[in-house]
Amino acid sequence: MADDFPAALEAITVARPRDARLQVLGEFWHYFSQNRGAVVGLVIFVLLILVAIFAPFIAPHDPSEQFRDNFLQPPVWEDGGSWQFILGTDDVGRDMLSRIIFGSRFSLAIGFVVVTSSLVSGIILGLLAGYFRGIVDIVIMRVMDVILAFPSLLLALVLVAILGPGLVNAMIAIAFVLQPHFARLTRGAVMGEKNREYVTSAKVAGAGHLRLMLVTILPNCLAPLIVQATLSFSNAILEAAALGFLGMGAQPPTPEWGTMLAEAREFILRAWWVVTLPGLAILITVLAINLMGDGLRDALDPKLKRS
Amino acid sequence: MLRFILNRLALVVPTFLGISILSFSFIRLLPGDPVDVLAGERSMSAARRTELLHTFGLDQPLWKQYLDYLWRALHGDLGTSLTTAHSITGEFLTLFPATVELTVCATIFATIIGILFGILAASKRGSWIDQLTMGTALIGYSMPIFWWGLLLIIVFAVGLHWTPVSGRIDLEYYFKPVTGFMLIDSLLSGQKGAFISAVRHLILPTIVLGTIPLAVIARQTRSAMLEVLGEDYVRTARSKGLSPARVTGVHAFRNALIPVVTTIGLQVGTLLAGAILTETIFSWPGIGKWMIDAIGHRDYTVVQGGLLIIAIIVMVVNLLVDVLYALINPRIRTR
Repeated sequence: MADDFPAALEAITVARPRDARLQVLGEFWHYFSQNRGAVVGLVIFVLLILVAIFAPFIAPHDPSEQFRDNFLQPPVWEDGGSWQFILGTDDVGRDMLSRIIFGSRFSLAIGFVVVTSSLVSGIILGLLAGYFRGIVDIVIMRVMDVILAFPSLLLALVLVAILGPGLVNAMIAIAFVLQPHFARLTRGAVMGEKNREYVTSAKVAGAGHLRLMLVTILPNCLAPLIVQATLSFSNAILEAAALGFLGMGAQPPTPEWGTMLAEAREFILRAWWVVTLPGLAILITVLAINLMGDGLRDALDPKLKRS
Repeated sequence: MLRFILNRLALVVPTFLGISILSFSFIRLLPGDPVDVLAGERSMSAARRTELLHTFGLDQPLWKQYLDYLWRALHGDLGTSLTTAHSITGEFLTLFPATVELTVCATIFATIIGILFGILAASKRGSWIDQLTMGTALIGYSMPIFWWGLLLIIVFAVGLHWTPVSGRIDLEYYFKPVTGFMLIDSLLSGQKGAFISAVRHLILPTIVLGTIPLAVIARQTRSAMLEVLGEDYVRTARSKGLSPARVTGVHAFRNALIPVVTTIGLQVGTLLAGAILTETIFSWPGIGKWMIDAIGHRDYTVVQGGLLIIAIIVMVVNLLVDVLYALINPRIRTR
């Protein structure tokens, strides 16, 4: 019997945070699902992820295979279209639908990689600046100010000019440009939380700097960061597409949507589908993510909950 | 107030130094030897190389090169273009009015429509009008503007022939630039139809460049209006029996204007980044296209100079917005 007591106690202490977490999640879903747009955005986003993962199984053709008898064939509903190429073909006879399907892989990968890397580096810098203040804060925040003084697309372009055009370098450049937003946000939130009682009590209990920063403070700063991360996700996709369009991002024949648009520009008079469809794909993706972002903000930001 | 301005100015100095260091480092960070980058020659004799090193000042220690660069930049000397051999400051000044003209038109367009959308949505909150305007705003906010430009060209320039495809004015009109602003110059020239032609060339670029700021302003206006509409003085105004139009238009809107004005000011960075894409699509001879062409031609001194000037413009405008904001809203000064 004596052994059961601590076990029971442990069960209680373990069970409680899990319940609390479920409750928080439930509350979050309640607010998130009240925003119909956000749910639509989420559904589209999940579909896009599925399309990206299963691209080789869904796409009717290989995205780089050139059908030499079918240059600039219009989509199926236009005169001269056929079911073989549902959305038509481009100037070298590649299937548009397959290229757009494979393009989703690039855009989503760009979003994930850019957001993760800029989020991580931004959080580290923001934590250091907000926690230690003083000279560390001044140096970090002045550097962030410098980065923010440049229009992001211009700075990304120049960075790519230094690193050399290409998808990976474009992602590095965009992550670099987006990262100050995370650093600023983290710093502000950390400064707000730092002098709260729970932090002081953790400090008194003997928690070290690292533990205070990462375990005590950081989890309470996450809500605005998550909202910013969604916004940055769509920004990253837009900027990468813009770089591709300007010839500084993914290089042809990569089926990246922005790059496809750059190649299609000269056919603007003859083949509207080569120009319209990749851009539509960008718009739908970015729109879905922004819809989700709005819902996340409503659900996570208590100040805006009732507006 | 003076203290606030001085404080804010003190922050500008390190930012400016950072900007100048970044643009200074640009040419030195490029792959390859700076001499090759600047001279653009594949092979050269050792003597020629030493000579060039000396001409470009590259034989000096790095800190001295930087101070030299900073000194000349502060005197308006940013060197010469590698492709045209013209002074970079001169090239910039010739092209800048085109960008200003486009940016100002886009801002006016975005502000008027954006504020109207925002007020409309806020006053009909929850209705289909609210959903329609805010849905449109979100689409605008998510728009890849380079594609939006191509789409408008396909429909209005190629399909309907309502507007020209690119450029600032029809080729048949020629006059010496006086102000650099085509709208003003075309009026001054007195040539029949010149002004109309300039306006027609401006329409599509203005819409394209104004789309994202319009969406941002509409969303900001709506949320600022909603906040204000819940205030006591709005209720008082309503209970006095004032017409709804007067309450929203005068009492609420004037107070909602502060955050909206700030938002408009903060769009400068977005507008200049957007100008790069818009000017490229419409062959608009401004500084955005200038930068893209310079990157394409590897005209690195122009890229370096443009980078510095554009960052300074953004910095100065942000400073002005901050000061203006403090003037309108005294609470911010003490922070």
